[in-house]
Amino acid sequence: MTAEKASRLSIHTPEGVTFSLRLAGPVVRFLAFFADVFCILTIVKIVNIFGGLLGIISQDISVAFSVLSYFVVSLCYGFVLEWAMNGQTLGKRLFHLRVMDAQGLTLSFYQVVIRNLLRFVDALPGLYLLGGISLLFTKKSQRLGDLAANTIVVWSPPATQPDLTQILSGKFNSFKDHPHLCARLRQKTGAAEADVALSALLRRETIDPAARIDLFKSIAGYFKETVSFPEEAIFGLSDEQYVRNVADVLFQPQKNILQGRVSNPS
Amino acid sequence: MIIDLTRFITEEKPYWTELEQALDRMDRDAAYRMDPKTLKRFHYLYQRASTALSRLVNVSAEKNLKVYLETLVGRAFAEIHETRRRSARFNLTSWFLIRFPQTVRKHAAALAISIVITLVGCAFGGFAVSFDPLTKESLLPFSHLMGDPSERVAYEESVKQDRMSGHKTTFSSQLIANNTRVSIFAMGLGITWGIGTFILLFSNGVILGAVVADYILSGQTAFLVGWLLPHGSVEIPCIILAGQAGFVLAGALTDKRKSVSLKTRLRNIGGDIVVLMGGVALLLVWAGFVEAFLSQYHEPVIPYSVKISFGCIQLVLLCLFLLLGGKRKRDSA
Repeated sequence: MTAEKASRLSIHTPEGVTFSLRLAGPVVRFLAFFADVFCILTIVKIVNIFGGLLGIISQDISVAFSVLSYFVVSLCYGFVLEWAMNGQTLGKRLFHLRVMDAQGLTLSFYQVVIRNLLRFVDALPGLYLLGGISLLFTKKSQRLGDLAANTIVVWSPPATQPDLTQILSGKFNSFKDHPHLCARLRQKTGAAEADVALSALLRRETIDPAARIDLFKSIAGYFKETVSFPEEAIFGLSDEQYVRNVADVLFQPQKNILQGRVSNPS
Repeated sequence: MIIDLTRFITEEKPYWTELEQALDRMDRDAAYRMDPKTLKRFHYLYQRASTALSRLVNVSAEKNLKVYLETLVGRAFAEIHETRRRSARFNLTSWFLIRFPQTVRKHAAALAISIVITLVGCAFGGFAVSFDPLTKESLLPFSHLMGDPSERVAYEESVKQDRMSGHKTTFSSQLIANNTRVSIFAMGLGITWGIGTFILLFSNGVILGAVVADYILSGQTAFLVGWLLPHGSVEIPCIILAGQAGFVLAGALTDKRKSVSLKTRLRNIGGDIVVLMGGVALLLVWAGFVEAFLSQYHEPVIPYSVKISFGCIQLVLLCLFLLLGGKRKRDSA
């Protein structure tokens, strides 16, 4: 297990697989913290509304209840939620953060408690200065509570499966009428270049139209230099369609290569 | 090699979805346990997702897919490879009566350090005030302790009406919250290799020593013992126990044994720190009530002999509890 870069933690499993976790930076952690502070104050407010009813019995008990409720809620909010919600508080869930064991294992209850108790020290001398400094200077972006509890906070994005409809349009692919050139294209294209083509197609909607034209022109230019398809295969193709055909050749090598048509899996 | 991404996803997606659903179920219910058959299937799904991820490492693929699989494998990895046993149903009574005193005894060295530092602080504070009574102004942070002890005793004993009437519970809750906060600091400052815990315990001892010396020198020993012992016999040991937790943490950080890594050392003591702090928190609730409902009343309302007896009995019981609690259970285990 290594923290290769400041922002990622790589874990090598006994099965020989390596996966990396993106460590949460100070800014997003502070945002989550402020969201949690807001939640704590809201909970305390609600609890105190009910506590106010105790004033009917005794004003003394009602005030004592409000003193204790703030202390207990602010103390327990973190470890109760992180334990019940598998490393997340409401603020962390909002910002897609998750507390994890520093070795990628599940959180133990004691880890959750220790990292939350040490908030008192992290907050010294004020405004989380000690914790913030620790966060900035430790390899795994850990505050003192994380160091003591052996935990990390990772950015845990919502798991979404990729949408490949962009390259599975079902349209005719003129390149596949030339299987030997397709084979050469696959042979000459590296993983990084293929990634660029696929990523550009998948993110086309998010790119400004003018920039999109330039981008596809540039990518298509690169692939035109890599393998030259005959004029009849590229006649009337826009740069974007050219890249789409290339991605189709690269990522769907087995299907209908001789028929020159891409089938839609849906 | 660039894999056939569409075929790859189409074939593997049902397995990923199944693994994701299993993980979501674990997220929703922390107490969920799989039967052997489900566990076998879960392991298979984890291995399949791991294989899929390893196929993607050196090949071109859409980045979202890698992130998706890394998230899945990461979550499943945590569940598969976690070897620490999850505790059975929590039983507060046996935890407090058995595990807490056992844990206190387990780290006797850290407890001894904590006691010695407090006592040295007491001696320093006591010596400073007896040597130069004016030093109490710089040593004591509380204004009500600055005056002449004899005057305070005379005033306290002359008060006819119940000063605490109507806010005993509030006072008690403030004491509980404040003492718990101080205890958390005593433990948490262990992260500074124990230096912070040392300073906190020492300064606490200095204040205590200064107050004790001030009252004894003024001839108010009975008042002092009657005032401090009922709640102090629990509160002061609690701060010492929290300091013990701090030194346990510091010990794990500074241990130089090469055979055990820092992570393992922290992992080994983590549960004990939580047990110590949990026990301290419960005892402090009791101390808070005693301080608000008993300690603030003096003669002639409550005779000092009653308060001192109460404090002595409580201290003896606490010592016996910490020395003997859970002993038979451990022997038989």
